[in-house]
Amino acid sequence: MANSTHGLGGLTYDPKKRTRAPELNVLAALILIIVAFEVLGRVFIGDSFLFNTRDNVDTLFNEQRLQIIILQVAIVGIIALGVTQVIITGGIDLSSGSIVGVTAMITMSFAQVAMVNGNPNPKAIFGPEWMDLPVIVPLAVGLACGLLAGLINGWLIAYTRIPPFIATLGMMVAARGAAKWWSKGNPISFPTESYAAIGKGMMPVVIFVVLAVLFHLIMTQTKYGRHCYAIGSNEAAARMSGINVDGHKVLVYTIAGALASLAAIVLSSKNLTAQAGMGVMYELDAIAMAVIGGISLQGGRGSIIGTCLGALIFGVIISGFTFLKLDAYYQEMVKGGIIVGAVVLDQWRQGKRGRG
Amino acid sequence: MTEFILETRALTKHYAGVHALTDASFTLRRGEHVAIMGDNGAGKSTFVRQITGVEPPTRGQIIFDGVEHTFNSPIEAREAGIETVFQTLALADDLDVPSNLFLGREKIRFNLGPFSILDKKAMREATLAALQKTGVKIPNLMNTIRNMSGGQRQCVAIARTAAFKSKLVIMDEPTAALGVQETAQVENIIRTLKEAGEPLILVSHNMRQVFDLVDRIVVFRRGRIVANLRKEDTDGQDVVAYITGAKTGAEFAGAA
Repeated sequence: MANSTHGLGGLTYDPKKRTRAPELNVLAALILIIVAFEVLGRVFIGDSFLFNTRDNVDTLFNEQRLQIIILQVAIVGIIALGVTQVIITGGIDLSSGSIVGVTAMITMSFAQVAMVNGNPNPKAIFGPEWMDLPVIVPLAVGLACGLLAGLINGWLIAYTRIPPFIATLGMMVAARGAAKWWSKGNPISFPTESYAAIGKGMMPVVIFVVLAVLFHLIMTQTKYGRHCYAIGSNEAAARMSGINVDGHKVLVYTIAGALASLAAIVLSSKNLTAQAGMGVMYELDAIAMAVIGGISLQGGRGSIIGTCLGALIFGVIISGFTFLKLDAYYQEMVKGGIIVGAVVLDQWRQGKRGRG
Repeated sequence: MTEFILETRALTKHYAGVHALTDASFTLRRGEHVAIMGDNGAGKSTFVRQITGVEPPTRGQIIFDGVEHTFNSPIEAREAGIETVFQTLALADDLDVPSNLFLGREKIRFNLGPFSILDKKAMREATLAALQKTGVKIPNLMNTIRNMSGGQRQCVAIARTAAFKSKLVIMDEPTAALGVQETAQVENIIRTLKEAGEPLILVSHNMRQVFDLVDRIVVFRRGRIVANLRKEDTDGQDVVAYITGAKTGAEFAGAA
């Protein structure tokens, strides 16, 4: 039997020479960025980024800032979990932001209260018989929206063989249109108390963490996860090995759609309102989180842990810029630079490995 | 139990008027190792594609293990017991050795449909057994295939055939892209298959290799079988004469 240093057939290898898990690089980058903000903060504005500097609170870390960081990324993070699976199979999903928009609008319509402060709900979409419904109704409706949109994406990609970029671009435009059409552009507000509880306080973080753990297990321990990597790595080989590649793709995009709709439910519940413009650019933020977290756009490589770390880096950067009192314009410019940088790094890493 | 593990009768494949394969009648005994030789475009690969289910034949019969089969996909051929090592490696670069060996037929612990839980331990152990059976040398099983040499990758592809109870192994130019040492390693695996009594069809251009490894040589030319030679009755020059068309086997006279 082979042990840790002796391979089969008498060959040996040096365990130190094993390729380092790419997640460790992402973790190192996260720590580096936090340290950089800490140093910049102390030098330029005389405040600490990470540690508590207020006298009236007795904690080591600046807990308020840490909470804001994770709360900021939790909702887009839910989308990023689905996008990660799509990218690992070698695809891309540009529609998630628009799915958030349309799902938030439709879901909120089924979550409204009939009476606001003794007056009829001014933002009512349906008649009173469709108001004050149990929370399960908007949840089911919302999830169904995401599943349907994802199913259409997956079906188009698997069976018409059009590139995922085009199929999901079409869905991105169409779903945004549907979001605007639903209430003719009017915001939808005043949800029931039970619906509002879904995204209250730190609930988005709890939901994100539960989903992240679930999909980490699915990607590492199940046939589904294994086939995602196989298809992204070598689709022809996967097909030849008897994997139902088309069916798998439909499933992957459907799951991504469902996760986008979950994000919409949490977001609309947290904001207590839904607008047609909700989730604009979320698809790109989610892709950025995945790419920063080491998910290769060529498919086959990356992990849910990587995406979670990528999401944290994303949150730290946004929070750090606010902390340094830099203009929001700079934030977006730097964000763009980081996304491109992460992809360049991935290509460079691959090139190095190919030559080795 | 029939004498032949594989028999084809008048197997024919036309591609839009091109007669890639004409009336190929071929037999393979249990435990026998046969080489298929011929120039490029002679019909070797077309023949392999028909019996492995990659393409359906235009006409003709394939009798495998005593039963007539119509394979609609490589998966059906594999399920019947024909394992193929294709010229282009059917491996996923980003997966480790056990995952590649069991790609598409993973061992599972709980059946939850697509979300079935993998039995990684059982797959690792079966991989070790398969690699030891074939004498494959791999430094670290849990490495991804990407980090391995061409020879190691080819060995993994071949070990795949040993991990499952295959009745027939087909290798399409398994050493075409390999170095001297790696070629020797693959040839050793083929010898272990011979000792284990597993039948093999080897497509190869390498005369030395063919004479080292197989019992019988079948020569293809212009889509037809032109010679069926026992190794003892022939030599390299003779085989070349059949390949180039200078000679045609007596029983195949008029074929080409």
